Amino acid sequence: MIEAAGLTKHYGPTVAVDDLSFTVEAGRVTGFLGPNGAGKSTTMRMILGLDTPNKGQALIDGKRYSELKRPLGTVGALLDAKWVHPNRSARSHLRWLAKSNHISDKRVDEVLEMVGLTAVAKRNAGGFSLGMAQRLGIAGALLGDPKVLLFDEPVNGLDPEGIVWIRQFMHRLAADGRTVLVSSHLLSEMAQTAHELIVIGKGKLIAQTSTEQFIKDATEDNVRVRSPHAVKLRELLAGSATVTSDEVDGALVVHGLDPASIGDLAAANGIVLHELSPQRGSLEAAFMQLTKESVEYHAAES
Amino acid sequence: MTLLAVERIKLFSTRSPWWCMALAVTLTVGMAALIAANTNDEFPLSVGVSQSFSNFGMIVIMVMAALAVTTEYRFGTIRATFLAVPGRVQALIAKTVVVAVLAGVIGEVVAFGSWGISTLIKPNADMAINSSVEWRNVAGTGLVFALSAVLAVAVGTLVRQTAGAVAILLVYALLVESLIGLIPKIGVNIQEWMPFMHANNFLTADSAALPEGAGPPRLDFPFGPWGSLAYFAAISVGLLVVALAVAKKRDA
Ligand SMILES: Nc1ncnc2c1ncn2[C@@H]1O[C@H](COP(=O)(O)OP(=O)(O)OP(=O)(O)O)[C@@H](O)[C@H]1O
Ligand SMILES: [Mg+2]
Repeated sequence: MIEAAGLTKHYGPTVAVDDLSFTVEAGRVTGFLGPNGAGKSTTMRMILGLDTPNKGQALIDGKRYSELKRPLGTVGALLDAKWVHPNRSARSHLRWLAKSNHISDKRVDEVLEMVGLTAVAKRNAGGFSLGMAQRLGIAGALLGDPKVLLFDEPVNGLDPEGIVWIRQFMHRLAADGRTVLVSSHLLSEMAQTAHELIVIGKGKLIAQTSTEQFIKDATEDNVRVRSPHAVKLRELLAGSATVTSDEVDGALVVHGLDPASIGDLAAANGIVLHELSPQRGSLEAAFMQLTKESVEYHAAES
Repeated sequence: MTLLAVERIKLFSTRSPWWCMALAVTLTVGMAALIAANTNDEFPLSVGVSQSFSNFGMIVIMVMAALAVTTEYRFGTIRATFLAVPGRVQALIAKTVVVAVLAGVIGEVVAFGSWGISTLIKPNADMAINSSVEWRNVAGTGLVFALSAVLAVAVGTLVRQTAGAVAILLVYALLVESLIGLIPKIGVNIQEWMPFMHANNFLTADSAALPEGAGPPRLDFPFGPWGSLAYFAAISVGLLVVALAVAKKRDA
């Protein structure tokens, strides 16, 4: 289990992480979701003792990272697949990692096998494709057979096959009862990977819920209604739903009532409807809506 | 012990340390051969003369030592190291020890290699190492190499970038210390407190390496040879302590 309490990190004037608290439970994949620059990587670095928080702390199974005796046996992390020396072979890279935590060379060969790099173990890591580098990083995270795993954007730049491989891998790790925290800036990706979501924006917590609940809330249906008696209908609906007007054609957009109830209400009051259509928002649209205020860099709108 | 093994694997599993080591040895021993071949009655070969270019090797080894740290920062493996070994100070001390021991061994290889090749080239010259001055001059090279490696690791840790660290080390060791003597009046007094001058004093004090009048004027050092070595060691280790404190405190 990972517990973050009031984590705060400033880099000069920028507040990268702002009073962030959450818990990550064992036995499921927890997605750590936020737009670019939200503070995901910074938070992970603080959990792993690489960066010192200005305030707050992060505990892993009740201990700070620096208090762990053989850290790789408790926590495995893949923060950046490029953190290898390009002129060192994959096997040598894993060997020094293993040695530092009293892990045998046999285990090195085991994890190489698990991620499918046995055939290229003697090749220099600098010549690896992104997918191979990512696998090497995962092998490193698995070396100590840890109960807690952290992955920072592990599918970034991978092809669909690689993405599916990693996704299944995480599910297996969680099914073993491990704690798995995976960051991403894509809700559509997390929707398929994570059971639980921690959503942050501008370093602040936006939500921590199950993925299912989050998606349901985020994409809750709207209903488009057009009627010659729009004004009257609007008054009738105002009590039980939120009603806005479509900016383009002036149709009513009703939020909080299903199409059947709206139709019944209209009929009971003798109102003619010209359109009554349910609208399902896309995941990404909902995510953007939710994190809109907190996205750090808006693309210049034209 | 484990950490030493870790740093040993790291150091020897890439190619650049091997290149630096080969370069340090061939450059210095090659220069010694060149000198030995060109000595004559006016400028006779001696143990001291055979050692006059060990500085070349020392500079190359300092570059290797600085690289051992800066490449870790450059490629992010320092973060992987701190993840595996959260005790940063221990991890960096282990690295320093491995690099310094290696530098010491290279220093001995360089010194005895230079001596050996000179002896081969001029078998009739008096090349017996039989005074304490001569022993210090030859065998002391390893100690100086090891300590300058410590200093280079400290600079590498503080600066974190290869180009910056190497530039600082080269400019300082090759230019600053010798050029500062050109400042009128006080220049020489400052020089008498500069670390590499003391390293050199340790190696060459009381030896008659150069005939009277050749080379730069002899400085009036505040310490004898072993005092100079202690002073050089204090500066190198002091700088390392500062570097360790900084590395412990700052974000990796
Ligand atoms: N070492 C640093 N020095 C200065 N600012 C930093 C540093 N690391 C991160 N930041 C800033 O902190 C904020 C959060 O960055 P962080 O990398 O944690 O975001 P992220 O959620 O991981 O983003 P991404 O999806 O792009 O990886 C950004 O504004 C970033 O510019
Ligand atoms: Mg990031």
